[in-house]
Amino acid sequence: MSAPEEARAAVLARIRSALGIAKLDRARRAAVARRLERHPRGTIPVQALLGPAACVSRLAEMLTTQGAEVARAATPEDTINAIASYLASNNLAPRLRTGADPRLAALPWKAAWDISRAFGPAEPSDKACLSYALVAAAETGTLFLVSGAYNPTTLNFLPEFHMVLVKAPDIVGSYEEAWDRLRGIYGERALPRTVNMISGPSRTADIEQTIVTGAHGPRRLYVVIQG
Amino acid sequence: MAEATLSFKKAAAKAVADGELQRALQNVKTGFVAKRAAAKSKLPEFDGLRTEARAIKDHTLTHLDLYLEAYESKVVESGGQVHFAPTAADARDIVLKLCREHAAKLVAKGKSMVSEEIGLNAHLQAAGIEVIETDLGEYIVQLRGETPSHIIAPIIHLNKEAVAADFRRAHKGRLTSRRLSDVKDLVAEARAVLREKFLFADVGITGANLLIAETGSSVIVTNEGNGDLTSTLPRAHIVIASIEKIVPTLEDACTILRLLSRSATGQDITTYTTFTTGPRREGDPDGPTAYHVVLLDNGRSDMLGGIFQDMLCCIRCGACLNHCPVYGTIGGHAYGSVYPGPIGAVLTPALQGLDHARDLPNASSLCGRCEEVCPMSIPLPAMLRAWREREFAQGKRSWSERLALKVWAFVAKRPRLYHAIAGLGVPLLMRLAGGCGRFTWLPFGTSWTRVRDLPAPEGRTFQQLYAKAQRRDRQ
Repeated sequence: MSAPEEARAAVLARIRSALGIAKLDRARRAAVARRLERHPRGTIPVQALLGPAACVSRLAEMLTTQGAEVARAATPEDTINAIASYLASNNLAPRLRTGADPRLAALPWKAAWDISRAFGPAEPSDKACLSYALVAAAETGTLFLVSGAYNPTTLNFLPEFHMVLVKAPDIVGSYEEAWDRLRGIYGERALPRTVNMISGPSRTADIEQTIVTGAHGPRRLYVVIQG
Repeated sequence: MAEATLSFKKAAAKAVADGELQRALQNVKTGFVAKRAAAKSKLPEFDGLRTEARAIKDHTLTHLDLYLEAYESKVVESGGQVHFAPTAADARDIVLKLCREHAAKLVAKGKSMVSEEIGLNAHLQAAGIEVIETDLGEYIVQLRGETPSHIIAPIIHLNKEAVAADFRRAHKGRLTSRRLSDVKDLVAEARAVLREKFLFADVGITGANLLIAETGSSVIVTNEGNGDLTSTLPRAHIVIASIEKIVPTLEDACTILRLLSRSATGQDITTYTTFTTGPRREGDPDGPTAYHVVLLDNGRSDMLGGIFQDMLCCIRCGACLNHCPVYGTIGGHAYGSVYPGPIGAVLTPALQGLDHARDLPNASSLCGRCEEVCPMSIPLPAMLRAWREREFAQGKRSWSERLALKVWAFVAKRPRLYHAIAGLGVPLLMRLAGGCGRFTWLPFGTSWTRVRDLPAPEGRTFQQLYAKAQRRDRQ
């Protein structure tokens, strides 16, 4: 055996001997395989068991409490207007960085002809960016952003102003429902490289337990709920 | 590290006399303790979730070998590599080797208590690699050449003036007239300085709050976003985690996450909870091209199957520190161990041996608050008692303490003798106290009487009073 294989065997052997495991452990293997296959749910808090309308309002409420700004948009045109006015009200140039997400590309950008979009991973000089949340869990106001060509992970952390679009039908109550949505897209026992659960702007309370936003990631998080 | 632990009593005395530290420690009580209570009260299922989370951990630990194998195969499937490290030295060597393979000159680090445990930074620096901590608290700890004084709030012992002085000293080439009087100013400066480091780091090292066997993912829970920049921008991402961090499924992770931040900072959830699975995929525009997980044992497998197994359920929330009257009085550094507070007092002797942690199991009044607030209901006081018993059995306490305990045991096991001595001693002590009801000085008791008075007995023993009451009742 090579040294890494020996180290691996040593750790596993120590665990088995400490647990007093005999060689034939079919029952244990079956228990593990069953759990991984069925991934049973634990108790889901009542506050996460919500109908569609309540999901939207709780998501907005929790995000706001956690320091994010939330806008409601009835139509894609409203979404574009919300983005444009957010940039303007923060004295930002009408420029943003975004991924290749077709759902973002399908927005009626002509309505805001002056906004220029750059595509691809974030650059250090990017001030504002726009991402698409695949799903959101209302229970704690949590957006699920996944990596991939559509939504580069650097968008979630490098620019100061992070805007996220989430569509109302994609807002579920609990984390468990959100994971099931992702399983529906990526398959069982598979995830994209990165799943970022984001519940507010970057913050720190390391110095004297005083909360300050914009520690390393975005200073501001702006969430547009469409529909 | 070990030397510091040996002088616990001296360090504790110094901490109590440190006015700045005492002021800083007040923040723990008004901050973490109150916030946890508020978060718990908003979640009626909190105690039920504790029971479930504990069951998840118990199940995982009794199947730990199999879940590690399942986890490993998923990591490999997603393009990553798993490295088993039996000891701290093995883990250090593996990380250094990986850094060299990726030609690392600059390593950015997310917060990791395991990396503190194995002394990773010093090892990499000795090999000529620049290592930069990116969690704000850890960064300041690094600037000061200190160790974290709290597992989730590394600079709980400092005030903002001290941090400002460190920044003026360390951040050369900035205007000396700049304003650093507000916490906001300090955060902004650290952001600017560390941003440069993130962009140029070759390798990013993070810890893991959880590992998930179902998907082969590592999970980090943060508020700042530094861990995410660390795991996204550099060419390679190395995760260093101990073997007990594993849970079976995403659902199991949900249950534990509902408890973790509420118990730690009193947040319903932290700003960022990130699940990382392997390196950059085909078509991904960003992310590291290599992903390694170093799984550390370092004494943990020996804790399985015995009285200290429950300690492996710990999710490192820090609630036991925040609620501990001893921690609240002396802070984290006096413990002299990487993990301070009640968990440190139990874990340090388990990981390093009793010789290195002689006083720690005694650094507790056994009041039980730690067990009460622990999201995993770890019986910390019972474990502290177990360490005390072992210390005594192995003859590790001082001869005077052992003699005193032996004399006491001899007397206590003989009721007649005990009553006779107490019957004589109590009136004698009362008279010696001179009527004022307390002692300001006692032979052999100066370490008590130096800082407080000892109440004197008030005339009769409990048995005498009890017998008298019985007689009165009969009459």
